[in-house]
Amino acid sequence: MHSWWWKILCFILLGFTVVGGFLMPVPRLDILNETIRNLYFHVPMWFTMLVLFAMAFYYSIKYLRTGDLQDDIYAVQLTNAGIFFSILGMLTGMEWAQYTWGSAWSNDPKQLGTAMSMLIYFAYIILRSGLKDDEKKAKISAVYNVFAFAMLIPLIFILPRMVDSLHPGNGGNPAFKQYDLDSNMRMVFYPAVAGWILIGLWIANLKVRLGLVIYKRENTLQFDLEKTAEK
Amino acid sequence: MIKKGLITIFLILITTTFVSAETEMADAMRSNGKIYVVVAVLATIFAGIFAYLVYLDRKISKIEKEK
Repeated sequence: MHSWWWKILCFILLGFTVVGGFLMPVPRLDILNETIRNLYFHVPMWFTMLVLFAMAFYYSIKYLRTGDLQDDIYAVQLTNAGIFFSILGMLTGMEWAQYTWGSAWSNDPKQLGTAMSMLIYFAYIILRSGLKDDEKKAKISAVYNVFAFAMLIPLIFILPRMVDSLHPGNGGNPAFKQYDLDSNMRMVFYPAVAGWILIGLWIANLKVRLGLVIYKRENTLQFDLEKTAEK
Repeated sequence: MIKKGLITIFLILITTTFVSAETEMADAMRSNGKIYVVVAVLATIFAGIFAYLVYLDRKISKIEKEK
């Protein structure tokens, strides 16, 4: 993860997204108008969040298997970054809805499901801050994180699809059906998703590395203290 | 009377087809070039965020090497 090639790739992809996202042709649809371009910015926030939460889920299971506190640092920092992107996704979605469909909060099933899973993840952070002992904190929050991710999938993918919603892929439609027809949008959308996921990974990567440095520093300090105490 | 009604219906039909054909898009903004201002602003913000991330990455790398 220390290599630079994927960060440069991220820069190129997002640079293309920012320019192409505004200037490339898009289908002319009523109500949506130019806001269809939000697809390049709002939707990738959720994709990034999902990737980060999925990786946090993986590291939580890994922690439960190995008991290595470094895996816990991976899990918590990936979750933190994921929460950051979920907040961005929620805010952009509300802005989009406010000016396109007339209200920021229309009790859209996907919006409700996402709000619920966001609360579940907020509780993860609060749960961690409530526990003092590092081992206990890591173990309990790892178990909690596994359940949180298991709740995330039905809340944002399964339940909203069973009812009507403003979001594509709901009310029985396959996702992105109306956009799939437009190859111009796909040309920007896929690089946008990849670029946003990479920048999310980069931010999480920085947070994890900082967490590991602090963890190692504290541990060596503790180790030194124990050594001096023995003498 | 019937003539008037027909004309009204005809006019309504024309306006609806006209409206649906001319979906409002920010064409004027692009044609007079102003959209590029927005693109430039966003590109600046992204460049700034990236520069900041690169700066943080280097700083953390340096701290990692200190050990």
